[in-house]
Amino acid sequence: MLTQQIINGLMLGAIYMLVAVAFTLAIGVLNFLNFSLPGLFMVGGMATYGFIRIGWPWFFAIGGALFLAALVSLLVERLAYRRGEGAEADVPLVSSLGFLVLLENLMLVQYGSDQQAFPALLPDMNLRVGGLVIGIAQIISLAISVILVAWLSWFLKRTNAGRRIRTVAENRETAQLLGVNIRRLVPQLFVASALLAAVGGVLFAVNYQQVSPWMGEGPGFKGVAAMIIGGMGSIWGSVIGGLLIGFAEVLSITFIGADVVNITVYGLLLLILIVRPQGLLGKPPAREKL
Amino acid sequence: MSGYLTGVLVVLAFNVIAAYAVYLPMAAGQLNLGIAGFMAIGAYGAAFLTNEYGWSMLAAVPVASAAAGLVGLVIGFPVLRTHGIYLALATFALGQVIAAVFLNLEVVGGAAGYTLSAYAGPYVVFAAAIGVVLVMLYLSRTRFALYLTAVKSDPTVADLMGISVRGVQVAAFALGAMVAGFGGAFYALHYNFVEAQHFNVLLSVFTVLYVLFGGAQTVWGPLAGAMFFTLAPEALRFGEQWRYAIFALFIILFMAIRPQGLITTSLFQGFRRRSNEASP
Repeated sequence: MLTQQIINGLMLGAIYMLVAVAFTLAIGVLNFLNFSLPGLFMVGGMATYGFIRIGWPWFFAIGGALFLAALVSLLVERLAYRRGEGAEADVPLVSSLGFLVLLENLMLVQYGSDQQAFPALLPDMNLRVGGLVIGIAQIISLAISVILVAWLSWFLKRTNAGRRIRTVAENRETAQLLGVNIRRLVPQLFVASALLAAVGGVLFAVNYQQVSPWMGEGPGFKGVAAMIIGGMGSIWGSVIGGLLIGFAEVLSITFIGADVVNITVYGLLLLILIVRPQGLLGKPPAREKL
Repeated sequence: MSGYLTGVLVVLAFNVIAAYAVYLPMAAGQLNLGIAGFMAIGAYGAAFLTNEYGWSMLAAVPVASAAAGLVGLVIGFPVLRTHGIYLALATFALGQVIAAVFLNLEVVGGAAGYTLSAYAGPYVVFAAAIGVVLVMLYLSRTRFALYLTAVKSDPTVADLMGISVRGVQVAAFALGAMVAGFGGAFYALHYNFVEAQHFNVLLSVFTVLYVLFGGAQTVWGPLAGAMFFTLAPEALRFGEQWRYAIFALFIILFMAIRPQGLITTSLFQGFRRRSNEASP
């Protein structure tokens, strides 16, 4: 029973992990709390649903949804991030929230506010290992999340592009002096974090087989919590934070009740912020925007 | 006044109060994303005191808003150790926890919500909102407003000038919480029903949006922002389900064109210069 819950927590944690990594990329490198990411998470799930409904095969549908999310993220970069650079630091935050509201309401106009049943993409097969039930969808999602995050971590550490990104995260001006083309790098980062969030949304839809215009809010804000708990800007911190939040959520539902989820999850976040603001794996903040 | 107009104006009054609750800490450089939690304390406090103890509104509202302020004060000390984005997220978490606690409190109805018997009419609500605006206008002319600006602009220099930075920060945070509790109390008394789900993240976030949209540089910004945000969606009612999408698009474009908000200090300076030139 407990092992089963741990597996469920792992699954949920893997999705939070993707969202947290998406947030961490935007915060760690660009110093931008991008509140449009929960919206892009939702676009991942809802657009896949929409494309499947008009008869696209599922892999095209997922591809189309990811493409759409990347496109929207470029718009966010143009209108929210770039325009807000010179102004007060809260401004990009407001516009990115504007994007969240816009995306949710566009989906609402298109598909209505009800939860929609997402078709089962994977055969409804379960592995039974010594009394435990593990869904195929769960395993595949977990594998995708872990591979994506591990690859991203390798990419940032070992490749030239990764080094450029880390230089910008360290110090923007120095990076520019060293010849990093920030104007080109920033949109790429926006696309990358949008894709991570949107993949999270697709996996969420595949696993729980339902989508709605508001599906991004819960996982999106919990992703933020996961990022903080793990330490802003640290990819492995986000992994730990995501898993912790996933476990905390599943365990408090099992042992206490569904209504206390917010107390445990956000209580944990508050506690971490008071006791260790830089998060479990984060470095103390040297400089900050906002 | 028609029922529709009264309804809209009541919403406007609540939004104005909430906007000033966000504005106070923001004037000291804090982004409070948990204002809904403090509203919930005020709302449930007023509801509980009038229902269970039969207190009159006159006694219940100040006590409920003081309770919200007290929670702000107690929590403000540890939470204000953090800055910037960490503070914003700590307040965000705080708001979530407070709302979730009320959701689980069976004495006040839990998830089913809580019904009140006391009632505050629309004119009481208007008076409360006007009162808050007047107090804020008064505050903006005192030294306290200068301290807030000093702490926001440069805490180090403010500290060197002998201002207790920590004290001003906690005061701004707690006062904001108190104003939020005040608004929450009247919200409960006017609608006669509170449910924890109302006081969610989006309420906090939208309130912050009013202030940033209106402009956080002057005391008039929150008022302008709240008015715009309440009245514009009503004006867009013809668009039915499109209206929030249109509205969000407008926010994005507006922030791209005028990132400093609707009403700014330079706007006032411009006026003053012009009037000075007119009457030498």
